[in-house]
Amino acid sequence: MAIASVENRSSIASLWRNKEARSVIVQIITVTVVFALVALALRNVAVNLEAIGKEFSFDFLTAPAAYDITFSPFLDYTSRDTHLIAAAVGILNTLLVAVCGIAFATLLGFTMGVLRLSGNWLISRMAYVFIEFTRNVPVLLHILLVHGIVVTTLPAPRNAIGIGDTMFVSNRGFYVPAPVFEDGAGIVGAVLVIAIVAAMGFRRWAKRMQDETGKIYPVFWICTGIVAGATAVAFLAAGMPLSWEVPALKGFNFKGGMALKPEFLALWLALSYYTSCFIAEIVRAGILAVSHGQTEAAHALGLRPNRTLQLVVIPQALRIIVPPLVSQYLNLTKNSSLAIAIGYMDVVATIGGISLMQTGKEVETMIIVLGVYLVFSLTISAFMNWFNRSIRLKER
Amino acid sequence: MKTTTSATAGAIALALGLAGSAQAGTLEDVQARGVLNCVVSTGVAGFAYPDDAGKWHGFDVDFCRATAAAVLGDPEAIKAVTSTGKTRFTKLNAGEGDVLWRNTTITFSRDVGVKLRFHGVNYYDGQGFMVPKSLGISSAKELDGASVCIQTGTTTELNLADYFHSNGMKYEAVTIETNNEARQNYLAGRCDVYTTDASGLASTRSTFTDPENHVVLPEIISKEPLGPATRHGDDQWSDIVTWVLNATVTAEEKGVTSANVDDMMANSKDPEVLRLLGVEGNQGSELGLSADWAYNIIKSVGNYGEIFERNIGVNTPIGLARGLNALWTDGGLQYSPPFR
Ligand SMILES: N[C@@H](CCC(=O)N[C@@H](CS)C(=O)NCC(=O)O)C(=O)O
Repeated sequence: MAIASVENRSSIASLWRNKEARSVIVQIITVTVVFALVALALRNVAVNLEAIGKEFSFDFLTAPAAYDITFSPFLDYTSRDTHLIAAAVGILNTLLVAVCGIAFATLLGFTMGVLRLSGNWLISRMAYVFIEFTRNVPVLLHILLVHGIVVTTLPAPRNAIGIGDTMFVSNRGFYVPAPVFEDGAGIVGAVLVIAIVAAMGFRRWAKRMQDETGKIYPVFWICTGIVAGATAVAFLAAGMPLSWEVPALKGFNFKGGMALKPEFLALWLALSYYTSCFIAEIVRAGILAVSHGQTEAAHALGLRPNRTLQLVVIPQALRIIVPPLVSQYLNLTKNSSLAIAIGYMDVVATIGGISLMQTGKEVETMIIVLGVYLVFSLTISAFMNWFNRSIRLKER
Repeated sequence: MKTTTSATAGAIALALGLAGSAQAGTLEDVQARGVLNCVVSTGVAGFAYPDDAGKWHGFDVDFCRATAAAVLGDPEAIKAVTSTGKTRFTKLNAGEGDVLWRNTTITFSRDVGVKLRFHGVNYYDGQGFMVPKSLGISSAKELDGASVCIQTGTTTELNLADYFHSNGMKYEAVTIETNNEARQNYLAGRCDVYTTDASGLASTRSTFTDPENHVVLPEIISKEPLGPATRHGDDQWSDIVTWVLNATVTAEEKGVTSANVDDMMANSKDPEVLRLLGVEGNQGSELGLSADWAYNIIKSVGNYGEIFERNIGVNTPIGLARGLNALWTDGGLQYSPPFR
């Protein structure tokens, strides 16, 4: 007995000394603790909800939301629709500002990253000051600042600034004519799609020709020519099936046309320029990381500066730029949840705000909101991983 | 940001059981803590607002003080837990506050769905519209196509949707989080109209530099009975809040004021007054409070009428008449069940 237990103890001790066994033990313990904590939290939710007499259920999603959301560019929403539809409106609005924000932030970020490296002292200093000022102020303040500027400095609709009687700038939004498609517009659209496909085909072919014969075609210009030319011809042939609906002041507000609302504008611009500053620094670092020898070698081979940038520097810099870029995209998407501060109706403001409040379903609505952000983030990550792999160093 | 985090924090608090006080025992918790946590608004002139020194004042805050006077014997032993329209119930249910005194309308869904306890009405209100005089509008029926500033997470948001829908009118909802932001957007002309409880409109207008240039339209489109709320599951605490409110109303009805309460206690012949002030009977101990709980309220904060006139009455910048909030004996709706 006694001997056995001594042996036992020493075998446990030796298990502990074994590096592999030890790491397995530690992992098992960690997983157990994590699961126990999660279970405890879930149990607490249940107990606390029970204590105040609430049941956990998603039934409320099918009841009428009863509140209005005026900004709903994709769905025709009324207050008679359900909380589920209201959530969908919010999700689409989040998606809209995230996609537009990512696009603009990327454009702005790359531009500024390059400007920071400019040989012109004034330009690089200006970019530097802008970046430093912007990224050291919390993004919420930027959002409030832009919104405040739009709402307080621009005139009311009655005194809107007109641009040629077709576009109007006011503190209720920027109004531009909306295209109205008439009979035959479908054909033009079809021609446009065909032209794009054709242009892509040409690009493929040109690349193969270059690989085989070394002859370089001006791909960009030819593609543009194909698309623009074909569409223009189709447009004229179909009798110009397009007219414009011009916004006009009726009563309190402008009617007709398309509008960029101050809430969207403020959120979009603020998120974009804020994030672009981080992107600019990433881009600058990426470009600087490509050793100067590469550029010199390319020059020595006789490549012109443009081509050097395109073929040698950017592909190598991208590999460094893309991974940190992903986290900036994720940040922008998550920061868009500040929308409520200026009344932009995103997913937090709709299902995670008004619906939560009107139904008292805190836990359920928060689960939905967290789920939405999780899906967005994972999608962005997956896409960027794919992109990262496609630009990876291809070893031959 | 603030509200997102506090909503999430509320949900997390529910999850982690920080909300231990969701169960019975609020009275013991408050007495052990020595401070009463009241959920109030982020700032509405006359109703709940901090002064330069950070001390809170107002109609709702005085009811919070009355509760503290009853429970702790000290009207100053309060802490204001600010909340937007959207976060107030989460904060209450998560245990951040013991009681909510915050321009809150009693509705079926809040009572039954959100699982709150309501304890009577401390202000009978209704939803109104405010517009700049320069618009030349005299009725809410003329508001078709207008941009309307509205506070998110309120009953007024739902009434607004119903009102325009049933009148076949369209509007642009400019959804805003706090009264202060709504005020800024309204003054900047982002919206043509601000709509909320009529009391809130009067209060907001009183903070303008040019109140005379803004009118409140005649239409009142809803019933907004505003009152205190507590969590489910603590009947004793619910009783206390109910009878704190009733004590202020009964005191006014019986003519007991902060000025004459000592005299009344010594000389009154009215048995109900004597019960209220703890001279006769044992109502205080039945509530779990000291015998002089109601005396403390009236002595330090005053009766309903005093609270009303001091904070929002006709002689204040808010300038609200008693109207529906007069005692039932004066043709109003304020009516307390008897102290018997
Ligand atoms: N009575 C309505 C509306 C209450 C409400 O939010 N009123 C506004 C305007 S008076 C308010 O108190 N705002 C305070 C704040 O923004 O913190 C409700 O209970 O939903």
